[in-house]
Amino acid sequence: MRKYTPKDNVQAKAYYTDRFHVVPSVPTQDVSTDEVFAKQLEILSSQVEIKSAYIQVGQMRVEIDHKDNFKAIEILKNECGYAMMTDMSAVDYLAKDGEFEVFYQFLNLQERKRVRIVCRIEQGLAVESIVPLYKSANFSEREMFDMFGIVSNNHPFMKRILMPDDWEGHPLLKTYPLQGDEFASWYEVDKIFGKDAREAIGPENRDPSRIDRYDTKRFSRVGREVPFGADISKGEPETPIEYSETLLVDYNKSQTQLENRK
Amino acid sequence: MQQPNKLSPFFENLNFEREDNTMVINFGPQHPSAHGQLRLVLELDGEQVVKAYPDIGYLHRGIEKMAENMTYNEFLPTTDRLDYIASTSNNYAYALAVEKLIGLEVPRRAQVIRTMLLEVNRLLSHLFFIATHALDVGAMSVFLYAFREREFGMDLMEDYCGARLTHSAVRIGGVPLDIPDGWMIALRKWCDGVDYELKHTYNALLEKNRIWKMRLENVGVVTPEDALSWGCTGPMLRGSGIAYDIRKEEPYELYSELDFDIPISDTNDSYGRYRLYMAEMLESTKILRQLIIKYDDTKPQLMAHAPQYISAPKEEIMTQNYALMQHFVLVTQGMRPPKGEVYVPTESPKGELGFYIKSEGEPYAYRLKCRAPSFFHTGLLQELLVGTYIADVVTIIGTTNIVFGEVDR
Repeated sequence: MRKYTPKDNVQAKAYYTDRFHVVPSVPTQDVSTDEVFAKQLEILSSQVEIKSAYIQVGQMRVEIDHKDNFKAIEILKNECGYAMMTDMSAVDYLAKDGEFEVFYQFLNLQERKRVRIVCRIEQGLAVESIVPLYKSANFSEREMFDMFGIVSNNHPFMKRILMPDDWEGHPLLKTYPLQGDEFASWYEVDKIFGKDAREAIGPENRDPSRIDRYDTKRFSRVGREVPFGADISKGEPETPIEYSETLLVDYNKSQTQLENRK
Repeated sequence: MQQPNKLSPFFENLNFEREDNTMVINFGPQHPSAHGQLRLVLELDGEQVVKAYPDIGYLHRGIEKMAENMTYNEFLPTTDRLDYIASTSNNYAYALAVEKLIGLEVPRRAQVIRTMLLEVNRLLSHLFFIATHALDVGAMSVFLYAFREREFGMDLMEDYCGARLTHSAVRIGGVPLDIPDGWMIALRKWCDGVDYELKHTYNALLEKNRIWKMRLENVGVVTPEDALSWGCTGPMLRGSGIAYDIRKEEPYELYSELDFDIPISDTNDSYGRYRLYMAEMLESTKILRQLIIKYDDTKPQLMAHAPQYISAPKEEIMTQNYALMQHFVLVTQGMRPPKGEVYVPTESPKGELGFYIKSEGEPYAYRLKCRAPSFFHTGLLQELLVGTYIADVVTIIGTTNIVFGEVDR
């Protein structure tokens, strides 16, 4: 029987975990241990509902409701002196909790303090864009949309940023395989030569460690060239050498199907 | 959307309001002064930029995705490919984030070597900036002189770690190697050389050069409010008159013990930023000279002792059974940091380079986000370029000092 692999998280996993392994946690401190943070949290909590707040590795982490994100961040900027949004993105917890965790990282230059605002959001919901407060969110929110599919409402230009505009799928989701999916393997062929050329070209090899000894179609035989498409296997059976265990999508399947049809 | 095909280029993602007197041009992604793979779509009214749209992603390799599929030590060499002008600063930022996550103390000699490598890399990056910026603007000879010093600096890195560009010279928990014989002498000589060249070559060629000043003064003006709002860090922030350097304000490694200044410029323009880079290079050589002295009174230990996370020294692995077993587990399974999240900022030559790591106690990071300074500086371009002339576009891209390895990741 084939080993079961969870489909909601296809990222690499530990192949062995000790039965008695207890996962320790990074120590956290109460917010009241830091004067500055305690004061800022007081200002925040008077106007927004705080779900949890603690200090971890010198930075305050405040969890709020995703509907309050704009309001909370506005308070942070105007009343707590966090003049810079240094980073923002999301973490995919869809497999575990069915939610994304969106985080914003802020810097207060006067007091040299950093705070992280975190909110949980279900798939399909949108957060409010904070571009009116911090222009640096312009690119970051687009990146978050590109990588996770989380839309920011009222963003001036909510388009993909790193991936091509006509890409399908969001690469940083845990359900997205490292080597890309079926769409990814045909993307360049379709785009450059058109769908008709699929049969002649074949899917893109997206596993960098895959070696096909008898490949004469691509550039793997530099210096030992043979005519295009020539059979150089000398009757040996095909033994593909696959090093990558994480390869879950069989790119050759479509090709073999095509060949079988011939 | 216009149907894409290979023969008719189209402006993907774009909906320009076309008027008869404006022209849309495509700048990059193969433009020699686009600093890598920057594609700018500019709408021009005559020679003036009306709208600018930086299109990035041509060097996207999914490094954050790769981080989720690699053990912590496996991922370290990948960080070289972020800001490939100064690889060690990426290695270091990542290693520091993991060390903060597992709460590790690094031995003093490793700290000295790391700080030294960071400053050497800062010089390499700044020299590269001066060289390419001058070349973009049209001063070819500065490029040649600055690359000569940079080559010597890369020789130093090669002597230390064997690589010239992708160093991987830092490990989680310390450094892999001690300083080789004669390295300190070569470093001191190089510092003197850089100082001398700064004063007598680059500054002499550029500082009062009439053309250089005309091309740079009042070009690419970033107000302090904009710099903060757009998330500018490093020289872009200090070039707008805000004295914030993470080495000074949130010191890491040995920076709290070192005596150095944070130069700032309040002219907000490209020329001020160029002067700032020059001043920062002098500070870096000053730091390096102090570190050479600090190295002498350190003990030879290079890697932290934390058998749960980091392999024991090779001698111990070869002689003691338990150390061998731990090493075996660490190599085959990878280390498992505790559960938690951490964001660690460091001052890379380009600005604030931070790593956000979310660990679920697995040998693979649950989420790793690399906060790259150049990403935010590229975002700034869409506002900074509007209203400037097409000839200044190259200057402004040069002055932001963006590197596409870390913009696209």
